[in-house]
Amino acid sequence: MKARPIVGIVLRQFYLLRGSPVRLFPMITWVAIDIVLWGFITRYLNAVNGGRFDFVPTLLGAVLLWDFCTRIMQGVTTAFLEDVWSRNFLNLFASPLSIGEYIAGLVLSSIMTSVVGVIVMWLLATGVFHLQMFAVGLPLAAFFMVLFTFGIALGIFGTGVVLRFGPASEWLLWPLPALLSPFAAVFYPLATLPPWMRAVAHLLPPAYVFEGMRGLLAGQPLALGALLQGAALAVVELLLAAYFYTRVYRHAVRSGLLARYAAESAA
Amino acid sequence: MNDPADPPAARALEVEQLHKRYRELAAVDGVSFEVLPGEVVGLLGPNGAGKTTTINMILGLLEPTSGRVRIAGIDVATRRAQALARTNFAAVYATLPGNLSVRENLRYFGLLYGVGALTARIEHLLEEFDLVRLRDTKCGLLSSGEQTRAALAKAMLNEPRLLLLDEPTASLDPSAARSVRERIKRLATRDRCGILWTSHNMGEVEAVCDRVLLMSRGRVLLEGEPHALPHEHGAGSLEELFIRVAREPLVAAVGGPP
Repeated sequence: MKARPIVGIVLRQFYLLRGSPVRLFPMITWVAIDIVLWGFITRYLNAVNGGRFDFVPTLLGAVLLWDFCTRIMQGVTTAFLEDVWSRNFLNLFASPLSIGEYIAGLVLSSIMTSVVGVIVMWLLATGVFHLQMFAVGLPLAAFFMVLFTFGIALGIFGTGVVLRFGPASEWLLWPLPALLSPFAAVFYPLATLPPWMRAVAHLLPPAYVFEGMRGLLAGQPLALGALLQGAALAVVELLLAAYFYTRVYRHAVRSGLLARYAAESAA
Repeated sequence: MNDPADPPAARALEVEQLHKRYRELAAVDGVSFEVLPGEVVGLLGPNGAGKTTTINMILGLLEPTSGRVRIAGIDVATRRAQALARTNFAAVYATLPGNLSVRENLRYFGLLYGVGALTARIEHLLEEFDLVRLRDTKCGLLSSGEQTRAALAKAMLNEPRLLLLDEPTASLDPSAARSVRERIKRLATRDRCGILWTSHNMGEVEAVCDRVLLMSRGRVLLEGEPHALPHEHGAGSLEELFIRVAREPLVAAVGGPP
C-alpha cells in the first residue's frame, strides 16, 4: 500500500470542504441540534427526578458516543458517494489505485470530517450541559475505539451495498444508524429489550459499549470481558465488511458493473 | 509514471486473443492487436461493436473472459497497478470532478498516479494545454473544449506509454477539435506515447491515425492504413467502408468490391 494515492483521496475531500464551506454546515448543525435537544431533555429529567439520578452522563454521553459512531460511518460513505455523484468511478478505478488504498483514503477522510463534529459536540456538551465524560476514565478511550471500528465497518459495508446495487441504493444508507440504534441499546439497558432484540444486540459492538458505560456510571467495576467481546466483534465485523467490499468490487470488475457505473450514476 | 529505469518496451500495448462473453453474447470475440510507441491507432466500429468493452478491459475496469493485455510489456491481469501507472485515458463520458478546480484535479490525480515532482509537472501541463488562466476555475464551469483540454492534461500527468482516448473530440466545435488533434499528434511524436483512439468522425481518423482497426460484432474485421484501407476493399472512403461494415454481414463486408 502506497501513501501518495491515500493522500490523494484525503486531499480530494479537503479540497471539497475548502471549496464549499457550506459542506461544514451539516457536519456541525445536526450534532449540535442533537446535543442541545438531549441536553435540555436531561435537564428536565434531572429536575422532575429531584436530583436522585443524574441523566446527563447516561443520556447526553450516549448521544455523544452514538453520534460519533454515526459520523464515522457517514464520513466513509459520503467520501465514497462524492465519487458516485461526480461520476468519477472510471477515472478513479482506471488509475493504479488499489482497493486497500482507496478504503484507507476513505477512512482517513472520515476521520478528518468526523473530528469537526466531535469537537463541536464535546464543546457544547461540556460547556453548556456540564457533561464530564472524562470521569469515566481510561475505558472511555476503549469505548471510542470500539465505536470507531464499528463505524468504519458499517461505512465500508454501506459503500459495498451502493457499489453492488447502484447509486439509487444510497437511500438505504442514511437510515441505517437509526435502524440499528434500538438494538444497540444506546439509551436504555439491554435488559429492557425483548429476548429476540437482545439476541441481535449481542451482535452489535455498540451494545457492549453503552452497557459498559452505564455500568461504570452506576459505580460498577468495568466489565472487561464484555468490552473485549465488543472489541473483538468490531474487528471481526470490520474484516467481514472489507471482505464484502472486495467481493463486490471483484464482481463489479468481472460483470462489467464497474464500467457501467458511470452511466448509471447519471441516471 | 514513466520510470527512467524502465527498459523501453517494444510495444505500448499488446492485446492477445481477448474475449468477453456475457452468457450467450460475445461482446468481444478474439481481438488481437498492438500499438507501437509513437503510433496513433484508430479503433473504429459501429455502436455495440465492442470498442468500449475492449478499452475497459485494457484499463482493468472489466475482466476478460480470456486473453491477455500487456501495457509496455506489463500484464494488466497480474500486475495491474504497475501496468496502469504506465497508461492513462480521457473519454467524453469520464469528465473530471466538476467541483474541483483544474489545478486541484491535476494534483489529486497526480497523487493517484504517483507522479514525482508533481508541482512542476502540473505547471508544465497547465502551460502545455493553455490552462494557466483557468487553473483555479472549477472544472464543472469550463466549456466543453476547456474540459477536454483539462482531461487531456490529466491524461498526460504520468507521461504514459499508452494513452487511451475514447471520442476525445466528440463534444468540440471543429476549431477546438482540430487544436486537440494537433496536440495529441504532437504528443505521440514527441513523447513516443502509443495512442489508441476511438472516434466516429472518419475525417478526424484519417487526419490523425497511422493505422486503423475496424471492429464489428466484437471482432476486428479490417486493419490497415486509413487512406489505403478503403481502396483495398473497394470503398471510396473510410466512411463508406465504415458504413458497409456496420450494415452488412461480416463476410460480405470484408469480401472486397461487389
